[in-house]
Amino acid sequence: MKDFIIPWNDTDMGTPAKTGAPVTLTIDGFEVTVPEGTSVMRAASEAGIQVPKLCATDSLEAFGSCRLCVVEIEGRRGTPSSCTTPVTEGMVVRTQSKKVQKIRRGVMELYISDHPLDCLTCAANGDCELQDMAGAVGLRDVRYAAGENHFEVRQNGEENPRYIAKDTSNPYFAYDPSKCIVCSRCVRACEEVQGTFALTIEGRGFDSRVSPGAADDDFLTSDCVSCGACVQACPTGTLQEKSVIELGTPSRSVVTTCAYCGVGCSFKAELNGDELVRMVPWKHGKANRGHSCVKGRFAWGYAHHQDRILNPMIRDSIDQPWREVSWDEALGFAAARLKGIQEKHGRRSLGVITSSRCTNEETFLVQKLARAVFLNNNTDTCARVCHSPTGYGLGQTFGTSAGTQDFDSVEHTDVVIVMGANPTDAHPVFGSRLKKRLREGAKLIVIDPRRIDLVKSSHVEAAHHLPLKPGTNVAVITAMAHVIVTEGLADEAFIRDRCDWNEYAEYAEFVADPRHSPEATEALTGVPAEALRAAARTFATGGNGAIYYGLGVTEHSQGSTTVMGIANLAMLTGNIGRPGVGVNPLRGQNNVQGSCDMGSFPHELPGYRHVKNADVREVFERAWGVEIDPEPGLRIPNMLDAAVDGTFKGLYVQGEDILQSDPDTRHVAAGLAAMECVIVHDLFLNETANYAHVFLPGSTFLEKDGTFTNAERRINMVREVMKPLNGYADWEVTQALANAMGANWTYSHPREIMAEIAATTPSFAGVTYDLITEKGSVQWPCNEAHPEGTPLMHVDEFMRGKGRFIVTEYVATDEKTGPRFPLLLTTGRILSQYNVGAQTRRTDNNVWHDEDMLEIHPHDAEQRGVKDGDWVKLASRSGETALRARITERVSPGVVYTTFHHPDTQANVVTTDYSDWATNCPEYKVTAVQVMPSNGPTDWQEHYNELAARSRRIEAAE
Amino acid sequence: MSPDKMVHMANQIATFFKSQPGDEAADRVAAHLSDFWEPRMRRQLLDFIAADGAGLDPLVIEAAKRMNAPAD
Ligand code: SF4
Ligand code: SF4
Ligand code: SF4
Ligand code: FES
Repeated sequence: MKDFIIPWNDTDMGTPAKTGAPVTLTIDGFEVTVPEGTSVMRAASEAGIQVPKLCATDSLEAFGSCRLCVVEIEGRRGTPSSCTTPVTEGMVVRTQSKKVQKIRRGVMELYISDHPLDCLTCAANGDCELQDMAGAVGLRDVRYAAGENHFEVRQNGEENPRYIAKDTSNPYFAYDPSKCIVCSRCVRACEEVQGTFALTIEGRGFDSRVSPGAADDDFLTSDCVSCGACVQACPTGTLQEKSVIELGTPSRSVVTTCAYCGVGCSFKAELNGDELVRMVPWKHGKANRGHSCVKGRFAWGYAHHQDRILNPMIRDSIDQPWREVSWDEALGFAAARLKGIQEKHGRRSLGVITSSRCTNEETFLVQKLARAVFLNNNTDTCARVCHSPTGYGLGQTFGTSAGTQDFDSVEHTDVVIVMGANPTDAHPVFGSRLKKRLREGAKLIVIDPRRIDLVKSSHVEAAHHLPLKPGTNVAVITAMAHVIVTEGLADEAFIRDRCDWNEYAEYAEFVADPRHSPEATEALTGVPAEALRAAARTFATGGNGAIYYGLGVTEHSQGSTTVMGIANLAMLTGNIGRPGVGVNPLRGQNNVQGSCDMGSFPHELPGYRHVKNADVREVFERAWGVEIDPEPGLRIPNMLDAAVDGTFKGLYVQGEDILQSDPDTRHVAAGLAAMECVIVHDLFLNETANYAHVFLPGSTFLEKDGTFTNAERRINMVREVMKPLNGYADWEVTQALANAMGANWTYSHPREIMAEIAATTPSFAGVTYDLITEKGSVQWPCNEAHPEGTPLMHVDEFMRGKGRFIVTEYVATDEKTGPRFPLLLTTGRILSQYNVGAQTRRTDNNVWHDEDMLEIHPHDAEQRGVKDGDWVKLASRSGETALRARITERVSPGVVYTTFHHPDTQANVVTTDYSDWATNCPEYKVTAVQVMPSNGPTDWQEHYNELAARSRRIEAAE
Repeated sequence: MSPDKMVHMANQIATFFKSQPGDEAADRVAAHLSDFWEPRMRRQLLDFIAADGAGLDPLVIEAAKRMNAPAD
């Protein structure tokens, strides 16, 4: 069996690690030295001595309610709880004595007397701390007769008023109150780890019970976001994964990485044989520190969904049904078509789209296919439509296309700007870590048209919310810089030391111009001048300042300019190069960072080096034995334009669904329809596959080895947990396609691909699978200068030398509202669904979001006679679609909002082809629209559904 | 690509570099086009300018003279 032996100790140390001066004490005669602030319980655990415990666990602060962990301490009276007692110098502790044993046994006896003794049939059997502790304290008999209790359904022939039935409303876990020992670990996990505060302990003493939400709530209707932290914290079978109830406790585990968002959480995949039983966030994962969200922990059922296609399929034209064929036939068919196209239309008539969901190694091979086999640079990735402006903007200002910090950095932040991002939905684990810091007192500034959850939720409130009009990011950022410069708040010492002073002088003169003042821009941005001034002052003077941003920044016609403006702001306030500060793009998909690093963009080879540079080309020419095209290739929108023009004819798309995810659906469809060979390599027949001639079945992240790189530049291992159902990992399929075209590649394992990446790409020079396995993960750059990787960037100097201030002039988008289209549409995502939803829609996550809704302000709704839940037509100059309305004050008047997780909605029929000036990143976040009542789906939607059904037909096998 | 779209994209680039200090705007637009526009896009731009270049920012027209000649 292919178990990954974990070199780390997974023991629960009882209380969290502390940092502090060393303190030495003696426990059971052994001397142990731990940081000040450590509990006696944890110190004992460090010494290899486990004190019995129930209410303590090392992901939570000690609570001290169960009294099982009592110890004796010389010179102290009584028997203190070891979990709540901090160590002191010279302390002498005894963890075992007649006295404490008696107390512990008494405690256990009380617990057990109110516990159903059905251990053998309990789902937690073998994985229950109550069982373990009963054993550890030597409980042999229970003297109390079962009197009043919580577990018997009927007592003395009557209904037991204390009995509460199981709550199975959550699709992924069950709550069985009869097994609860009221240790409150779940309540504390929900507060401390997740930050949702969905659970409370109701009642007192013997009557106290765990309760989700208000009196008539169950888990599903409460505020619970199904992160699972409470389930993980529960020491008993009370809160239990339904998968474990169904399949039994797992017997082996493999450490791997979540394939959903850019946080890149580490997980232990726990299995029986090759059957996945549950995913448990791994406490040594440096991105997530043992936490996760509903997607990573629970939404993996799509791997076995009946829609998954496991055999290759081909067809001559897209009006025909699919024909299942052998791998050889499919690859031969594809290769012949591609070669034929190149013969007829030239070498630049083919291209590839790499996937931000696949591994670095797979992405590397796909761009290599374009560069070394097609002999052109027509490679692009979905980062085009999300973070390409980050690459350009940070590259220009700092010299590298990546975030500057690790996630741990948030623990040292004093003021946070969150701009155009919604971390609690889109980057939930980071959102939880941020909320924790905010509860500790850090200040928050939200710059977003919507009142996102962070603006006000349990125990978190933004100091400033600047609800700007969509499309005015640059004006707002420049106005903030105006306040900082004109009020003398700039960190000139930092600027003199680290940045180009002349460029700064020009920049300062530019921003100081009164036309950039908050008062002058208020009418345009909709942000009250005083609020903006106050926010700028808070950021400039509040201590460590960090900026986190998302697609609300990049997906604009001035996306790149806003990224530069954010970089300016960080330099202006000296917030670069130490923990707690920095510029942090929150990446959408799990491997967006990696796919960009791996040379997916058409103008740059791996490691962000332009193809025009002969020295860089030479490195790859030598490695690959081909000549590399020095001309930049086509970006996704350019490919589609060229296809419509008839000069681009063949496309290999790995793990992306451009028809659903890219703007202006009709144009994408026209481009795809004009091609002669579209190869879709995916898990499912996605929307793009409606236009495909070849379908190559893909593998899930559970079925392959490789690496993902998260938003902190952290390279995490992805490990094969089970064999690919479709027979091949994605890298093997790309290799087979290349070889069918005559490439002769011979990789036998992804580690060999990583070796090639390291050999050709300086920022990866030191990366090996052995190093990642040893360290758990590695943040690039990792090379001779940084042999163990780089958690913080630009510490002493910027990657490019001097930081560069760039003038950021606001330019209004051409997408303007007017009488026909008076509202601004902006788009986003929600917690339970992921991107185009291909995976999450095929899981129970649909109970939280089974359709996209249009959020509209009550005022705009009333004007149009729209009521909550009504069907409305959403029209722009590109097209129209229909969906149902949700009336809410989260959006300002004049702004409407929707998600794009469901293909039926076709939200991108409405978005336009305007894009970022520098990178062609589409302007998803601003579309002028009109909303009007309607009776249901539009003709286009109905027509589209018919077409989709028709193009998904598979011919019955003979 | 439709001429309107090309003109729009090219003018957006010109608008940015015009806003920058210094007098190298044309060179910087040219460099941007050479770096990011695939040869057939640059070819289309040149052909369009040769036809009449209607609607293009004069800075784009100047930059087009200075950008790398498209290969092929
Ligand atoms: S699943 Fe998460 S949000 Fe829900 S109750 Fe448990 S800890 Fe709280
Ligand atoms: S549900 Fe579990 S964690 Fe919560 S109080 Fe009961 S036993 Fe403790
Ligand atoms: S989706 Fe993101 S936050 Fe959720 S578990 Fe996966 S990586 Fe972590
Ligand atoms: S573990 Fe210390 S009191 Fe419960």
